[in-house]
Amino acid sequence: MTDNIIEIKNLYRYFDKVKALDGVSLDIKRGSVVVVIGPSGSGKSTMLRCINHLEEPTSGEIYVDGELLTGEQKQLNEVRADIGMVFQLFNLYPHLTAKENITLAQKVVQGRTEEEANRIAMEKLIRVGIAEKADVYPSNLSGGQQQRVAIARALAMDPKIMLFDEPTSALDPEMIKEVLDVMLDLAEEGMTMVVVTHEMGFARAAADEVIFMDEGMIVEQTTPDGLFNNPQHERTKLFLSQILQH
Amino acid sequence: MGDIYHTDPEIETIEDLSGKRTFASLPWWLYALILVIVYTAWSVYTRENLREAFDFIIQGIGTTISAAILSYLIAIVLGLIAGLGRMSKNIIFNNIATFYVEFIRGIPMLVLIFFIGLVGVPTAISWLNELGFTLITNKDISTYSRAIAALSITYGAFLAEIFRAGIQSIGKGQMEAARSQGMSFGQTMRYVILPQAIRNVLPALGNDFVAMVKDSSLVSLLAVGDITYEAKLYSGSSFRFKEAYTILTILYLMMTVALSSLLRVFERRLRND
Ligand SMILES: Nc1ncnc2c1ncn2[C@@H]1O[C@H](COP(=O)(O)OP(=O)(O)OP(=O)(O)O)[C@@H](O)[C@H]1O
Ligand SMILES: [Mg+2]
Repeated sequence: MTDNIIEIKNLYRYFDKVKALDGVSLDIKRGSVVVVIGPSGSGKSTMLRCINHLEEPTSGEIYVDGELLTGEQKQLNEVRADIGMVFQLFNLYPHLTAKENITLAQKVVQGRTEEEANRIAMEKLIRVGIAEKADVYPSNLSGGQQQRVAIARALAMDPKIMLFDEPTSALDPEMIKEVLDVMLDLAEEGMTMVVVTHEMGFARAAADEVIFMDEGMIVEQTTPDGLFNNPQHERTKLFLSQILQH
Repeated sequence: MGDIYHTDPEIETIEDLSGKRTFASLPWWLYALILVIVYTAWSVYTRENLREAFDFIIQGIGTTISAAILSYLIAIVLGLIAGLGRMSKNIIFNNIATFYVEFIRGIPMLVLIFFIGLVGVPTAISWLNELGFTLITNKDISTYSRAIAALSITYGAFLAEIFRAGIQSIGKGQMEAARSQGMSFGQTMRYVILPQAIRNVLPALGNDFVAMVKDSSLVSLLAVGDITYEAKLYSGSSFRFKEAYTILTILYLMMTVALSSLLRVFERRLRND
């Protein structure tokens, strides 16, 4: 039994001639919070999406909890149920209420009863602070509320790890905090998280490790302290100077 | 969430722009249609010749309605399967579905009715028999069944394209969200994609049902006793062409105007919630 919940070995992902991932290796420790930063097109989303095979790797190996992903559907479905994913555009199911969004996969994938799924859904909605919106459809929720439902939806599957792909990028400024607060709580409770974000405040407060990616490669892997006070690479310095200006 | 099909956009616009109905925006054409129908109904009631024609032709109404509904239900199943096939990554499934849709779309409907009813069905049955399923022979297949087969196979191809467009109108984030939760492709289709897609294509499905009611008149070519066939029969024996085809015209008009109006109400309700 290894300490690493995720192990990525020599991961490549090409889109025709574009090398979205150009040899990435990374271990993610159980209970750690890893923040991924890097310029647009550097492969952050692609790496995240390869972890649960939403994007199929061109080559390389991914181990989830010690198990090598083979690409076989049954295995993938089982592994994906254990990996929560939160998207930039929320991707809630618009034809279902907040609560139904959270119960669907519980019932269909995990075989929970309606009652049990409902109970867990309410539990998670309380946790993200919007229990009163249980019966509301996504179109009647603000962006921040939608993203919190999306987080609750992922949590209801009892994930071993949560992946976030720019969860606050599509939000109005006044809603960013409510989502980040939920994520900070999660981090504090010991959830393993991989977070692609430009929110440096979150990185500083919650990250155990920060990874800087550029051109499909991991350029620098360090602590938040190391990143902000002592970046090693020119490209990292340049990127930081660009985003910290704002 | 945008519908991909609209009916009568010009009517809706006039209404939307002004907020309420103005004199000019009233559906005068609809009143005229209703007037024509009412006038004819009155004439049927008062004039002996018309009543006789009506009494004869109306015998086919059950066949017309049942053929339209039954064929449409089968066409929905065929269309859903073929529509999914058109988008499938499975090369065999995809090619079979595409062959089916392109084949049907390349042939006039009148010809298809003859071809499926008189060539397709008998050929399929004799192949089945050669394979050892001697459950039925071609003699057992009624003209009604042939007509249903012809209509539903034809419309299945039309509906396939509607379903395909509906499914493609759902963003790929939905598929990704569901798959990331561990749902299989089939589960995602069933619980996430199709409920949204079908809602989007309901107006188009409704329009096609109205079209099906009209096209069901083609089954008369196979000597199935629908209202068109009865009208032909009546006019042929009585030489009262004027009466027969006036009645026939009004019968179709009644059905389609009523159906279209229902659909419009239904659609408005769908758009408002
Ligand atoms: N489905 C795709 N088809 C073709 N090219 C793709 C696809 N997805 C990603 N790419 C390319 O792969 C590269 C890496 O993309 P990726 O989305 O992983 O970057 P990113 O770091 O997440 O960028 P951003 O900050 O803009 O989200 C880019 O050059 C992108 O254009
Ligand atoms: Mg990205």
